[in-house]
Amino acid sequence: MTRVTELPLETDKMVLNFGPQHPSTHGTLRIIMELDGETVTKATPEIGYLHSGFEKLGEDLDFNQYITITDRMNYLSPLCNNVAYALAAEKLIGIEVSKRTEYIRVLMCELSRIADHLLNVGMLAVDLGALTAFLYGFKLREDIYDLFEIATGTRLTTSYTLVGGLMRDIPDGYDKAVLKVLDEVDKVANDIETLLNKNRIWQDRTKKIGIISKEDAISYGITGPMARATGIEWDIRVNEPYSSYEDFEFDVAIALNGDVFDRYLVRMEEIRQSIKICRQSLEKMPSGDVIVDPGLGYSLPPKDEVYNSIEGLIYHFEVTMPNRGMTPPVGEAYVPTESPNGELGFYIVSDGNRTPYRVRTRPPSLMNYSIFSKLIEGHMLSDAPAIIGSINVIAGELDR
Amino acid sequence: MTAANILSKIKENFPEAVLDMTEFAGEQILHVRGPDILTLLTKLKADGFNFLADLTAIDNLTLGGYERFAVSYHLLCHQTGERLTVKAYIPEEKPSLPSVESLWKTADWQEREVFDLYGIKFEGHPNLIRIMNPDDFEGYPLRKDYPRLGRKERSDFPVVDRGIQKKKS
Repeated sequence: MTRVTELPLETDKMVLNFGPQHPSTHGTLRIIMELDGETVTKATPEIGYLHSGFEKLGEDLDFNQYITITDRMNYLSPLCNNVAYALAAEKLIGIEVSKRTEYIRVLMCELSRIADHLLNVGMLAVDLGALTAFLYGFKLREDIYDLFEIATGTRLTTSYTLVGGLMRDIPDGYDKAVLKVLDEVDKVANDIETLLNKNRIWQDRTKKIGIISKEDAISYGITGPMARATGIEWDIRVNEPYSSYEDFEFDVAIALNGDVFDRYLVRMEEIRQSIKICRQSLEKMPSGDVIVDPGLGYSLPPKDEVYNSIEGLIYHFEVTMPNRGMTPPVGEAYVPTESPNGELGFYIVSDGNRTPYRVRTRPPSLMNYSIFSKLIEGHMLSDAPAIIGSINVIAGELDR
Repeated sequence: MTAANILSKIKENFPEAVLDMTEFAGEQILHVRGPDILTLLTKLKADGFNFLADLTAIDNLTLGGYERFAVSYHLLCHQTGERLTVKAYIPEEKPSLPSVESLWKTADWQEREVFDLYGIKFEGHPNLIRIMNPDDFEGYPLRKDYPRLGRKERSDFPVVDRGIQKKKS
């Protein structure tokens, strides 16, 4: 037996800088990894590259203005952020919105959830080398964004909600457009599962990777599909219903192993349940107004009145001028909502002024990502994209 | 055990730690002294509030309150689905209170965030360093006396000279 080389094998540990510019981090994440061969022995995530001071900014913007900032937090499902913030502000002020508003909000949230999960599953697949599933999902996501554009006017920076209602009602015939896309979602969800579920490579790359136990999930504050993949039966839509979620019939998807594969399965099942909720909300859509002005100076009058009547113009100024309108009570409110990533909460403290005293976002990404270093330890370097993909870290929301 | 029972028991057992109990918009808020927070949260966790949903701070500079800073903990009980806010007050002169990282691992990053943005120190935290801002950042941006436009102008930062500029002739 002849040796190829006489040099001893290098056994020193190596430090690898993963990110902040890495294609599989989907944003600006940085992880400093210690490698032993190809095995990760220690990983330290460093965040804050996208810190933009949203919470500081919120102290200078009034309740309706801050809604535009919430779009920029989770840029995969901005409508969920809009709704969550509006709910927190309404709880603080004590506004009851109309039933129609609540149903439209549910519809929009569920469409966002479908788009978010489709993109997440697609990205996870493309990071592991399966391009087809990604293309199927991405094409459909574009169709859903078209639906958002019809209703809100924009694809991404929707700013659809207002404190006390919605910016505008959904147009006539919107239900037909939604139903057409929903049928398509059903097909594509089946296609993606057919491609991936029994694929040997997919299973090898995702099963028994990044396992979270139930206890760890609770200790690390993990919520949403990641927590449900560990077997925790907790869905805020069911357990603490908001925005009329109690009117809808759907199942909570859970899995038991808590690995990357189970998180993928939970997300696929949630897409199906969301389709059900969307259909129900279109069927049962109540009639009525979408803006209810409680007379406290929160809602702007219709533009038609502003331009054509002096009363409308005066009222418009009453709302928008810094020293008028908006007299919220002194107090604080925390509202948790079930966003596609988990518990998205807004905590608003008010001192009775036009602008909130403190606006805190409880970002699901931050808590979900904090377990990453524990998950990757002992796994191969090539498992890092799989785990990051299954966590679905949104840097805009992570760093705010 | 319901939240109301737990709260009245807490008030009985820790009369000195609990400053007040209020309710706003249907939410229970427990106001406590900062140094006792670890003991109280250990008790609350044992009583069923097993999930720390959120940890953040409020600067009471113009709002008023028992002390300058309040650290608020949003707890959730998975069994009954009840939520509870605990606000721990700490003075400006000594902004520090015990870390709850030993109870919930999620407090690790969240306490780091509060330390970064408010300068509140958590005793017993394993790795209390800045998380959002760079390590050499000065000041605590979410404090009310920190101006929104920041404290430094672009011209205050050093210019990196890579030696490629043309010499002035």
